[in-house]
Parts: sequence; structure tokens; C-alpha cells
Amino acid sequence: MTPDRPPDAELRTTPGVGPRVVGEAIVSRHGFSARYDLDRERGVFSREAHDLFGESLVGKVLVCDTAKGGIATSWMLLDMATRDVAPLAILFRTTNPVMVQGAVLAGLPMLHRLSPDPIETIRTGDRLEVDPAAGTVRVWRAAAASETTR
Amino acid sequence: MRLTAEEEAMLTGRLGEAPRRALEQQLAVGRFFGAEDFVPVASVHLAADAEAMREAGVRSLEEMVAVGATARVTTTLNPRSVDFAHAEQLGQEPHYIQLEQRILAAMERLGALPLNTCVNYQIVSQARFGEHVAWGDTGTVIWANSFAGARSNFEAGPAALHAAITGRVPRYGYHLPEQRLGTTLVRVREAPRSGSDWGALGCHAGRLVNDYWQVPVFVFDNPAHPEGPQPHADHLKQFGAALASYGSLAMYHVVGLTPEARTLGEAFGGRSPRRDLEVAPGTLERTYATFQPEQDAVDVVVFGTPQLSLHEFRDLARLFAGKRVHARTRVFLTTSDAVKALADQLGYTRVVEDAGATVLTGVCYYIMTARELAERHGFRTLLTDSAKLANIVAGYGYNPVFRSSEECVAAAVRGAFADSVDSGEVTR
Repeated sequence: MTPDRPPDAELRTTPGVGPRVVGEAIVSRHGFSARYDLDRERGVFSREAHDLFGESLVGKVLVCDTAKGGIATSWMLLDMATRDVAPLAILFRTTNPVMVQGAVLAGLPMLHRLSPDPIETIRTGDRLEVDPAAGTVRVWRAAAASETTR
Repeated sequence: MRLTAEEEAMLTGRLGEAPRRALEQQLAVGRFFGAEDFVPVASVHLAADAEAMREAGVRSLEEMVAVGATARVTTTLNPRSVDFAHAEQLGQEPHYIQLEQRILAAMERLGALPLNTCVNYQIVSQARFGEHVAWGDTGTVIWANSFAGARSNFEAGPAALHAAITGRVPRYGYHLPEQRLGTTLVRVREAPRSGSDWGALGCHAGRLVNDYWQVPVFVFDNPAHPEGPQPHADHLKQFGAALASYGSLAMYHVVGLTPEARTLGEAFGGRSPRRDLEVAPGTLERTYATFQPEQDAVDVVVFGTPQLSLHEFRDLARLFAGKRVHARTRVFLTTSDAVKALADQLGYTRVVEDAGATVLTGVCYYIMTARELAERHGFRTLLTDSAKLANIVAGYGYNPVFRSSEECVAAAVRGAFADSVDSGEVTR
């Protein structure tokens, strides 16, 4: 569910892949690869140098810089989605073919090249509506959202 | 996207259910990246290992084969997660062995060649200049684009499977001439001499230029070496693998060396570089030094990411000749069945096995359920001469250390990094 008030920000880009989803953001300034960065059993960041080390991405909208590393993430997104340890969606500053190929296979929403910059605009905990067909991401601030529900 | 009559027939299912499913997914990817049409490919290199696929991926492959998927073009396979001859002895879980057997059975029905090598370009598939291919494993792609002048995007496992079934890929990215032009100038004031040195240069540059859509252009400018670099193909294998791993890059140019960069002007297509970087003297040493051991003991030493060529195997045999690996250290060499057969014939295998190393074929260490191996054998500090492997295993709970081949062999024999510590016990 989206909050019952206008969004605090709206980001736009060309159409992405996957269904429309609503969920909570987890933001990284680093890149992402399921093979390089994750304990895939649990969907937790296991690369010690990653800025989300120890954090879970399960059921969250991962907002991050770019696609890292090799080709393995493609199969891994399907595996994680099947075991319910996948992110809800991924928003990249810039993605690569591997991530999109994997997102299509797994039915995972994915967008990139959003304006304004998603990493500067979105904060961890914000509520997001990701609409790949429209190429939009609407943002509700976490703090403000909790005030309205009080 | 603009479709040919044949592609329309695929999409409506008239050519079977498998091409319909495959083309549908390819269309979604093509539209995402603004592709205008498809381009036929000459070959496919497909990565389908149990560690990445797990049950869900293997099932999706089996479903595709069950609805009649067959490879329309030559399709070779990337390394698997187990060497069937060593898996039990290494304590790999039977579950992964079974998954690999199911993958093998499905690939046989698909008509793919189970060569299980990540250096298809050194062993079986020499892509030609200008040829469109659909290769996966980033090391193979950056080789195809940069060294051969062939054309490929990163085609990850599912995408390579779809390309095998339809015989084509969406035309975007590195299939288009404009994407192949340089974007970043890298002036190198260093003189890499070995495979690991080239890996270190790729590691350093990949950390700075880490975006699939960027193409670094290397110009060597070292007064001490006015003739410029003279790398062996194996050196460029390490260079490309490191650039692709650290930078997720699919293409580079070296002016005067790679086929689409006879001159600086050709490499940039007359455009100006968006960035201008310098690799200062001493950078290679500093790059090695970014990998520091947490302990003096070496748990495991791995050679062969990407899989060893015959020359690399020979060089390691020379380094290991007459030596003995320390009792507390495990040493693995990973290569292809083809190179192993030659190494057997030439006596290299016996030399490294006599020294206490284990030779594995059809695999690559980081694909070999590396986290489970670490837990089972107590591996934490991993030493390697591959910059790429040092990058990847950090995500699997290892303390990776990247050094030259000579240092790796010496430390394997000592069982330790430092010269002075515990050099007494060398028997097994």
C-alpha cells in the first residue's frame, strides 16, 4: 500500500522490466552482484567491504550504483525469488545486460538511469512505488510516513 | 523491435514452444536497452553451473528442454561446480553433484558441448573479427570484443540459453559500432611483465572504470620500455578477466595492440576521452599490496582463474618441480580436460601432483561451492595469482591475497607468507 498523501519525490526513466511493486528502500552507494556480495542462503550482504555488509535485502527495493562483476547474478535472482530471499525490486544508477536478463527470468522489477539520481534522492526506509511499465518511482519519506500513521 | 518473418513465427509459437519462450524474454531485454532488431550469432558460450542455478535454475533449464529446446548454433559450456572425479573427496555436497548431473543430461538434449571451460577462446572457439557471438562468462566476452574484434554483450546463463535456442540476440551494446569506441584514456607508466602483473593492472583500472558501458583505452608510455608492452595471449587473458571482474567491463583497447585500436584516433573514433587517467610508476606493487593476509599461515593456494592454459601449466610445473607443498596448505590447479590431457602427456601433471598439488578439470574455484569448501576445510586465507579470483572469493567469506605465481608457489611450500616462520615441518 502506498501512503494516502502525495509522494515526496518522483523519479523518471525509460520503461523497465517486471511488475509494479510497493515496498521499502535499502540504499547503497556501492555496486551489486549476487555472487560477489551476498550470502544467498539468507539474502544478506556477506562481502565485508560492502556498505550494506550484514544487512538483508529480502523483500526490499535495493537502490544501488551499478551492476558489478560477472554473469552469475542472472541465475541467482531466480533461485532467490523461488526461495523468497530475493529483493522486491532493484533500482540501479546504471545496470548491465546480466542484471536485466536475470530480472526478466525471475520476474523481478528493474529500472535504471532514473532522474533525479536515486542514490541522492532515496533514503533507506523510504516507501517506494516502483512502476516499470511507466518508468517511474514514487518516494514517500520514512519519517513523514510514520507521522501520518500515528 | 523490428522482427523478421522468422522471428514473428517464433513469437507466435509456430516454430515451437521453446523458441517462443526464448524470444519473448530476449524481446524484454532488447526493449529495455532500446534494441531496434535482432542479430544472428555464430556461436554461444553458456554458463550453467549448479552453484549459481540451484534447484530453480536447473528446473527452468529442464523445462525449456522438455518443451523441445535445441541449440541452433554451436554452443559450448562454461565450468561446472564439481569435478566429478574429485567432488566426494573434497567433501562437496551430493546435492550439487546431482544438480550437475541433471544439467549435463539437459545440455545433452539441448545439443550443447559440455567442454566446461572458461577459456573456450583458447581451446575451441576462435571468434573471428567482426563476428557476432553470444558469449557468457565475462572473461570470454571481453576477450571476444577486445582481442578478437568479435561482438558480444555479457550474455548471462539464461540469455545465452535463449540465444542458443533462437540463434540470435537483441542488437544493442557491443553489437553496435558506436558502443565499441573508447570513452576513457588510461596512460600507463608501468611495465607489466607477467600474467599476474597484467591482472594487477586490470584490477587497478577496473576499480577506477567500473561501468559496463565504459571502454578504457590503454596507452603505454614508459620511457624505460619504449618498444611498448609485448604481452603473451595468456597475459591478456588475465588482464581482460580482471577488467571484467573489477570493472564489469566488456571491452578495452590497447593502442597498437588490439585490432580496433591501431591508433589512438581509431580507438576513440575521433571523439575526445571523457576521462583521462594515469597509472603511475609503482601502481602494480601498490595494487598487490591492497590484498593483505590476516594471518601468516596460508590455508589454500589456487591457480587457474581463468582455467590454466598449457603454457601456464608448464610454468607452474617448473616452479613446483622438486618442491613439496606444506602439510597445512592445500593447492589446487584448475584447468580444462583438453589442457589436462596435454599436461598428462607432457609430464606436467605428474610434477605438480608429486609436489602435493591437486589438479581439477572442468571447474573454476569460485564456482565450486566456495563457501561450503571454506566451512568444511577451515579455509580462510586464500592465496592466488589471479586478480579475478581474489576479487570474487571475498564475497564467500575468504581473506584473499593476490601475488605473483612465484610468490604463490613459494608460500605454498612454506605454508606461510613470511620466510622465517615455521619452515621446519615440510613433510605430509
